[in-house]
Amino acid sequence: MLQVETIGSRRSPLWTFGLLRSELAVTFGRWRTLALLGVLAAVPVLVGIAVKIETSDGSALGGSGGPEGGGGPAFITQITNNGLFLVFTALAATLPFFLPMAVGVVAGDAIAGEANAGTLRYLLVAPAGRTRLLLTKYATTMAFCLTATLVVAVSALTVGALLFPLGDLTTISGTRISFAEGLGRALLIALVVAASLIGIAALGLFVSTLTNSGIAAMATTVGLLITVQILDQIPQLHAIHPYFFSHYWLSFADLMREPVYWDDLVRNLGLQGLYAAVFGSAAWARFTTKDVTA
Amino acid sequence: MDEPSATAEQGAGDGVIHTRALTKRYRGGQLAVDGLDLTVPAGSVFGFLGPNGSGKTTTIRMLMGLIEPTSGTAHVLGRPMPRATRAVLPHVGALIEGPALYGFLSGRDNLLRYDSADPAADPRTRRARVAAALDRVGLAAAAGKKAKAYSLGMKQRLGLAAALLQPRRLLVLDEPTNGLDPQGMREIRALIRELASDGTTVFLSSHLLDEIEQVCTHAAVMAQGRLITQGAVTDLAAGIRGRLVVTTPDTGDAARVLKERGVADVIVDEDRVTGEPPDGEPADLNAALVAAGVRVRGFGVERASLEDAFVALTGEGFDVAG
Repeated sequence: MLQVETIGSRRSPLWTFGLLRSELAVTFGRWRTLALLGVLAAVPVLVGIAVKIETSDGSALGGSGGPEGGGGPAFITQITNNGLFLVFTALAATLPFFLPMAVGVVAGDAIAGEANAGTLRYLLVAPAGRTRLLLTKYATTMAFCLTATLVVAVSALTVGALLFPLGDLTTISGTRISFAEGLGRALLIALVVAASLIGIAALGLFVSTLTNSGIAAMATTVGLLITVQILDQIPQLHAIHPYFFSHYWLSFADLMREPVYWDDLVRNLGLQGLYAAVFGSAAWARFTTKDVTA
Repeated sequence: MDEPSATAEQGAGDGVIHTRALTKRYRGGQLAVDGLDLTVPAGSVFGFLGPNGSGKTTTIRMLMGLIEPTSGTAHVLGRPMPRATRAVLPHVGALIEGPALYGFLSGRDNLLRYDSADPAADPRTRRARVAAALDRVGLAAAAGKKAKAYSLGMKQRLGLAAALLQPRRLLVLDEPTNGLDPQGMREIRALIRELASDGTTVFLSSHLLDEIEQVCTHAAVMAQGRLITQGAVTDLAAGIRGRLVVTTPDTGDAARVLKERGVADVIVDEDRVTGEPPDGEPADLNAALVAAGVRVRGFGVERASLEDAFVALTGEGFDVAG
């Protein structure tokens, strides 16, 4: 039985990333993923066109004053002055549901979908290795979080540039910053929004290890998201609000203050890290010991 | 077989697959596999038989590290499973409970994905190995088609191709000819023989007894989670006595004469009368039949088939075990 050792020792450590490359290609090549990204890209287009039509007679939107005043998502009243604000508006509009729902679909389907199709057993006897497969799935879900957020941001920037003037902009604190710095803030905000999705990605992956039905895992993850969003609105539960993964999501607006107000941003990132650690460990404990009968 | 290395696990025995008291009890308390002691000799084509629900698939899943045994041990290629999956499984090609494919990927892309899942597979030779595997199962022409458009037989072939992506030391094939037409079955059996002649050990589960008889050198029979017997196919069939067969239009007279001569278990089936062969000289029986005026058209002892052995051993046909 010497061959078992000898052939194994000739492998290159880089070969282990073949699975990640394959996973990324399969995930982003799927019609379903492209449809999700298409829907996300459409949101800024709709918001942009709606604002353009609403203000085409020269009147101000909603007539309210402050950047967070009036109805609708944050920054929406600023869009007519500067197209860049469409990026912030679009992210504020998609972060509560559209983005996490898309992440819930991808994360929930990650393991359960493979189990459902029976391909999980062939990946495991390949042998993909359970920890390696789980890490690959999580890395791919994170890549999707980032891609989805950037799709919204880039689509919003394009629509904003086409429909509205660009230029220097006013922060929430009232100071002026250059357009270049505004772009930098926009990119930073997109990264923070993507990082805000880490928690639900970990949660979805854990749910995905519990069942052999991709649909059930996706539905459970999205259901949890909606439940948490509703509970987060009930004032009597304020004692537990800070532990909801979505509680600090809209703190990204603090990046538009001068100076930047970091407290809630840091709390948000810390909370996402906590969710990733807890549910990542739970997913690992479950997946590495589970009997694969599908 | 190679000399066992100094680091090899002790107690592995000399089989490519070796299990000792392997047991799996599912969470509901159901005992799926009960104290299995299985030894698959190197270089054999090993038939794994049993009625549906007898524990074959659970056993195969334990051997492949997909299911953790409740107790007992399983060694594959001399290493303990499921602990050594990453060292062992690159040398094992498997088809478990039918093929499973990504319907939205082409046949070729399916194989590329499965190959990239194996960290021991060289990416530089990946495309060439995938093309060779597709060619070997006769799918080269359909390689670019989406797998969801494949027929059952084509999916089965693609599943086999996935097992042949690398030179393997052991092939575990669960019902490999399922869904294939007779020509496809012949091709796959020829392929299995060819692989076996290259020295690959083939562990084959099938419900087609004549298939096992045609390609296997060894076999094991399971029923209700227990191993009933294992050994060389010729020994298994030899353990069962053949049957005396008389072909005649005068079946009534023939059956009466045979019974008078002490032949047990006489059965009349159209123009054939069969019974357990006598201990003495069969030719005397023939003479007695002729003397009684029976027009004997054929007379002989039919060798026992594996099917006879199977029924005798399990006491049942292929009914689902309750």
